Amino acid sequence: MKSLKKLGLLSIITAFMLFAAACGSNSTKEDANGSNADEGTKSEELSGSLVISGSSAMQPLVAAAAEEFMAENPKVDVQVNAGGSGTGLSQVSEGSVQIGNSDVFAEEKEGIPANELVDHKVAVVGMTAAVNPKVGIDDISKEDLIKVFTGKITNWKELGGKDQKIVLVNRPDSSGTRAVFNKFALDGATPAEGITEDSSNTVKKIINETEGAIGYLAFSYFTDDSVTPLAIDGVKPTEENVQSGKFPIWAYQHSYTKGEAEGLAKAFLDYLMSDDIQNNLLKEQGYLPVTKMKVERDAEGNQKEL
Amino acid sequence: MEKILPAKDRLLKSKTSRLDGESRGKLIVILCAVIMISATIAITIFLGTKGLQSFTKNGVSILEFLTSTKWNPTDKANPGYGVLPFIFGSFAVTFLSALVAAPLGIGGAIFMTEIAPSWGRKVLQPVVELLVGIPSVVYGFIGLSVLVPFIRENVGGLGFSLLTGTIVLAIMILPTITTIATDAISSLPSHLREGSYALGATRWQTIRKVLIPAAMPSLLTAIILGMARAFGEALAVQMVIGNVRNLPTSILDASATLTTIITLNMGHTTYGSVENNTLWSMGLILLIMSFAFILLIRYLSSRRKLR
Repeated sequence: MKSLKKLGLLSIITAFMLFAAACGSNSTKEDANGSNADEGTKSEELSGSLVISGSSAMQPLVAAAAEEFMAENPKVDVQVNAGGSGTGLSQVSEGSVQIGNSDVFAEEKEGIPANELVDHKVAVVGMTAAVNPKVGIDDISKEDLIKVFTGKITNWKELGGKDQKIVLVNRPDSSGTRAVFNKFALDGATPAEGITEDSSNTVKKIINETEGAIGYLAFSYFTDDSVTPLAIDGVKPTEENVQSGKFPIWAYQHSYTKGEAEGLAKAFLDYLMSDDIQNNLLKEQGYLPVTKMKVERDAEGNQKEL
Repeated sequence: MEKILPAKDRLLKSKTSRLDGESRGKLIVILCAVIMISATIAITIFLGTKGLQSFTKNGVSILEFLTSTKWNPTDKANPGYGVLPFIFGSFAVTFLSALVAAPLGIGGAIFMTEIAPSWGRKVLQPVVELLVGIPSVVYGFIGLSVLVPFIRENVGGLGFSLLTGTIVLAIMILPTITTIATDAISSLPSHLREGSYALGATRWQTIRKVLIPAAMPSLLTAIILGMARAFGEALAVQMVIGNVRNLPTSILDASATLTTIITLNMGHTTYGSVENNTLWSMGLILLIMSFAFILLIRYLSSRRKLR
């Protein structure tokens, strides 16, 4: 009798779960449809809501732009979530958000139907290798940089610096920053093992505190002299050098939409590309305006003059 | 006649209303239980299917996954999906931190219950409760700002190491161990103490020979619950352990755990990719381990009942 009761309870639970699971998937689909429909009908007079997700590096920029956008269009509600580029791309391709931010091309991520997504390059970010100030160098050849990151050079004195062991600070395997740095600074070489941290602020803190440390950071983190940015092959990591294409380590910040952007999403992307945002807000946030670039890159990394 | 009918009515009424209350209460409680159980089962099933996808769909070999030390999921030409270093790292920090925290926690518990039950408890109890309330990100940040430079300058290495992770985790699991150990020792029947004193044993002899053995199963449960928490902790460890994918050779080497690799990579990977699926598989390992911890606790508590 007791076991029969148990069996009964178990079957009820299973039934309940199946029911809940079925409900869950149905309701999310309905939700997605609902918000799409909303967008279609309401976008004409610029009202409604827009959900953006993706790259945590881009989140402050997009959130700041969204705030100004909402101030200009009081009926609009823009929500900017951070969750990482992978999350942003996945969510935009399955239609659960209208815009997905990414710091890499969708083509570079596995499992993303890149042909269904439309790329909007909204900003450019430059990055370079950064060392602890006590290392005593501020210029490095690309060849030596590769040797440092692949572990072939292990002491700074080999490069004319202090007699100090080199400590590498990496990013996680799947990080967009790491992908860009490996591709354009290391020419595709795989870096040797080192401390791995995701957050740029933590990386900066570690480089600053650990003697002999080298890592890589976006230009916007070089606000004080706690870390020393390195020039590469004598080319200083400046805005002008990135814009003219002389400095190699930079990447687009992408906003992806599924299919051509329409309605509110299009209005917001146009707003991001407006002169006001490109020339003022981007600079405040440490990005480079994409409108001023004299060179262009495709997903394979081929660069051409504009 | 008139008098009987209302009485009957009243009887029926009160009977039905009592039945109503009974069944309603029962329904609410059953519903709570069902929701809890189904949530657990749903998570298990979800994690099970997600976690097995990397083996069934992406063709990663389970043997390679569990035994290889080569972790390189983004290398398209020659990918490696071995998580042994992370499994090792998880176990290493868990056991080492239990090794540090268990004597401290049980010592504190004995102090609170046997040595100075009045003021000891008054002082130590709030201290322990305070430790529970500190969020793990704060532990991590303190570890990164204070402990890492301290270890680097005074012990050696980079500061990011198994040792640093162990210390941070030991402090984090100390409250769990102390609280449960205190409850265990104070719930021992007082005739054990009285009998021991009556036989001429000193206080320390009583504690060592009578109380600790009597409370042993509960003390072990306390330690294992602490270990379960240490095994699942991600944020604080991630900030101090260095997250290196090599197998550590010394306690001063940087290392990584299953949880830190998951939190570092989850946001960057796309749903359904091999990388993402291997992260789910690591989550499955964590779940299996927590089941193992629970089984161990069940086993220990069943032993306690037999006494």
